[in-house]
Amino acid sequence: MSVIVVDYGSGNTRSVVRAVAEAGAGGGVRLTDDPDLIASAERLILPGVGHFADCARGLSARPGVMDALHHAARVRGAPFLGICVGMQLLADAGLEDGETPGLGWIGGRVERLDTGDARLPIPHMGWNELEIVRPHPVTAGLGARPNAYFVHSFAFSVIRPDDVAVTIRYGSRVTAAVGRDNLFGTQFHPEKSQAVGQKVLENFLDWRP
Amino acid sequence: MLKVRVIPCLDVKDGRTVKGVNFVDLKDAGDPTALAKAYDEQGADELCFLDITASVEGRGAILHVIEQTADQCFIPLTVGGGVRGPDDIIRLLRAGADKVAINTAAVEDPDIILACARKVGSQCVIAAVDARREGDGWGVYTHGGRRSSRCEAIAYARRAVELGAGEILLTSMDRDGTKGGYDLELLKRMRDAITVPIVASGGAGHVGHMAEAVTVGGADAVLAASIFHFGEATIADAKRALAAAGVPVRLLEDAR
Repeated sequence: MSVIVVDYGSGNTRSVVRAVAEAGAGGGVRLTDDPDLIASAERLILPGVGHFADCARGLSARPGVMDALHHAARVRGAPFLGICVGMQLLADAGLEDGETPGLGWIGGRVERLDTGDARLPIPHMGWNELEIVRPHPVTAGLGARPNAYFVHSFAFSVIRPDDVAVTIRYGSRVTAAVGRDNLFGTQFHPEKSQAVGQKVLENFLDWRP
Repeated sequence: MLKVRVIPCLDVKDGRTVKGVNFVDLKDAGDPTALAKAYDEQGADELCFLDITASVEGRGAILHVIEQTADQCFIPLTVGGGVRGPDDIIRLLRAGADKVAINTAAVEDPDIILACARKVGSQCVIAAVDARREGDGWGVYTHGGRRSSRCEAIAYARRAVELGAGEILLTSMDRDGTKGGYDLELLKRMRDAITVPIVASGGAGHVGHMAEAVTVGGADAVLAASIFHFGEATIADAKRALAAAGVPVRLLEDAR
């Protein structure tokens, strides 16, 4: 099995690579920004920590990476997993520090978390219970009350309700995972979510969209 | 619903876990990597590593301990000790830390928080506040509690949040290691002043204190060291006590 974790200078890539290896990819997981490897990847993971705009800049600053991602995920239809900001980048645009275009593969915008309750701290930081609103192979078998680890101040406001796979409650309902065709993305960090996260990664490695 | 986090804290000195009282009289509490793995298996929600002598001795933090731990744990790691700026944070994040706590350097120059948050995002930047009661308020101490900064704790935390700190790790030096319970008044005052999550630290003597820190103090997470390291309570004991007090917690059995 070959899994490419896209290296664009963002995120806790060490933890992602280790967790994906442990979930079944073994030595088949590779961290790289090589456009040829990305374009021909069997499976792709786009991690991301920090600002939407920084991450978007980091991606486009790597020569050929955007085109390679597009080729693998959009032309070839390779299974794609975005994590945290890597998931947010699927959106049309992010509104963190001005408006920045995203990949535009799943319609919607990444907006400041609006909990509707001033007492709830921002960032939303910690373990929250996943509510699976649309069954998906990547979220199969997570147990009765799965909790996953979140840390974010912005959230994906998705246009098409069918693209939302998982939500959480934090004051209001917040997008916790999106899925369309061969694309899946989690706002939470599977690599930091113990058994629940490992199951998500195992499912992703087995997924044949 | 968001769960209240239970965070075992490993104070590390010369590669060993230690624990003291009021920040001194350190006693050996074991191998940090082995302890971290045990807490991960018990269902800890996060781990905190503090290289407690780093800024006193001017060393960088303990990258190898962090790498070893990050390779064995599937929960978030916060690392602190000797962090001077964005370059240190990036080194720690690459080693496997998820969040980095800054204390001394940020008290001396709060703009470091801004520089760090710009570089890695607020969610990675924790302002660690070591607070000691001074009259009606609390003073901020640096260098592992050895030096008074002449900053007031609530005002300093407010400023840190304005500059981009994504969380406050609030340690009561008066309570640290005393097992007399968290400083609830300090927690309440901090809760009223800031909007980011607060981690309560210093004084946990039994699991009931943890519930109090949340229900009375308004903490979003509870940190403890001695009671876990010396086997007086397990992570599960802490979570049961929190759940009994009506506090939402993540129980390992929920995922099964």
